[in-house]
Amino acid sequence: MAKKASRTTVLVGTRKGLFVLSSDQKREKWKVHGAMPHFFGQVVNHAVLNPATGTILAASKAGHLGPTVFRSTDMGKNWKEAATPPAFPKRDDAGYGWSVNHVFWLTCGHATEPGVWYAGTSPHGLFRSEDDGVTWSSVDGLNLHPDRLKWLGGPQEAPPDGAILHSINVDPFDAGHLMVGMSSGGVFESYDRGATWKPINRGCAADFLPDPNAEYGHDPHCVRMHPTVQGLVYQQNHCGIYWLDRTQDRWLRIGDNMPKEIGDIGFPVALHPRDPSTLWVFPMDGTSVWPRVSIGGKPAVYRSRDGGETWKRLAKGLPAAHGWFTVKRQCMSVDQGEQVGVFFGTTNGEVWASFDEGDQWHCLMLHLPQICSVEAYTW
Amino acid sequence: MKVLLPTPLVDYTAGKREVTAAGATLDAALVDLDQQYPGIRFRMIDEQQQVRAHIKLFVNRELERNLQRLLDPSDELLVVAALSGG
Repeated sequence: MAKKASRTTVLVGTRKGLFVLSSDQKREKWKVHGAMPHFFGQVVNHAVLNPATGTILAASKAGHLGPTVFRSTDMGKNWKEAATPPAFPKRDDAGYGWSVNHVFWLTCGHATEPGVWYAGTSPHGLFRSEDDGVTWSSVDGLNLHPDRLKWLGGPQEAPPDGAILHSINVDPFDAGHLMVGMSSGGVFESYDRGATWKPINRGCAADFLPDPNAEYGHDPHCVRMHPTVQGLVYQQNHCGIYWLDRTQDRWLRIGDNMPKEIGDIGFPVALHPRDPSTLWVFPMDGTSVWPRVSIGGKPAVYRSRDGGETWKRLAKGLPAAHGWFTVKRQCMSVDQGEQVGVFFGTTNGEVWASFDEGDQWHCLMLHLPQICSVEAYTW
Repeated sequence: MKVLLPTPLVDYTAGKREVTAAGATLDAALVDLDQQYPGIRFRMIDEQQQVRAHIKLFVNRELERNLQRLLDPSDELLVVAALSGG
């Protein structure tokens, strides 16, 4: 449901800490909480609020130390570390056991399960908390799956910043239905809370694999289930923009409808909270050596109002030239406003917002550290 | 025994760089440290019971990787967050 009073809070995870921004009801005046970021000096890969409980979780890692998760139940005034952060099962034999390098993604559970959270890690790992983030356990159905190596490959198949499990989606219509993205590996889903899994990548290109019709091995960049329309899923992949045709369980490439000079490579995709046909992407340069910056140094968001049939360039207010940044996969978010607010954070530390669904952009913050995540919430 | 900690870990010890821990082995001492300062051990030792990549443990100023190393109460444990990056 649209919220007319659109006081918005934005959680901005960066390479040097967590910043919390909040607005007035008109979203005209913004303030940053505190003179210093939370977890100053630590990488905050993701910070997420569970609107049902008011709990915020933050995935952090300090340079020398192991990874952890912090939680706050008072909107960031106080933080306490998880009693048992996400960790792989201990191998008791002589074989190699996985160790979490960093927690990359956080997702709160189904509305009917308010204490449940999921965490995705590097290397690929899925973890679940049933006590609002205090303790975490391995989802062994995925983490110890016998086909894990076949699906995901070894370290050499990982993206430049390491193998990650991201885009954890809990189906709003089925608490037991989970869908995750793994880079690389592909999109996988479970209908039994993570006990069993299957790949779902048919139709999705993987031009870096010898078999273009491979069942797995793909590189999803961001996968989003629609919050109000059952079965509707969009994906920004390494090889294009897709939606999932559930009648065939096949991905269809809607990015082919993007302007040819722009292409359909990027990291994030954000969905309108109510209108199933509206989505936003941020294309980047994926040619030659993959510069991973705005195309031609001219940053622009692209919006579709018809499920990807057509796209509109939205660059009003953004740098007209020499804007050499990109937007990472969990760095674009929407609020619940009547006119939806769209927010994104950049690799060069800028937070941008639009309060008219992308037609005009405003810079909320400059000179932050590299931004790892942006999540917006309306109160 | 005396335990000397690097600055990245002093959030756990209310700012103290020097603390004490008891245990017959290095592993037991780290478990005791964790009981006093919950969470500190996992930042140094991973879930496969390996010392993390950028953490170095020195017993009486000698590098030690074996967590089963026997300790004496008069020993000194030095934890170093090893230099990494620029």
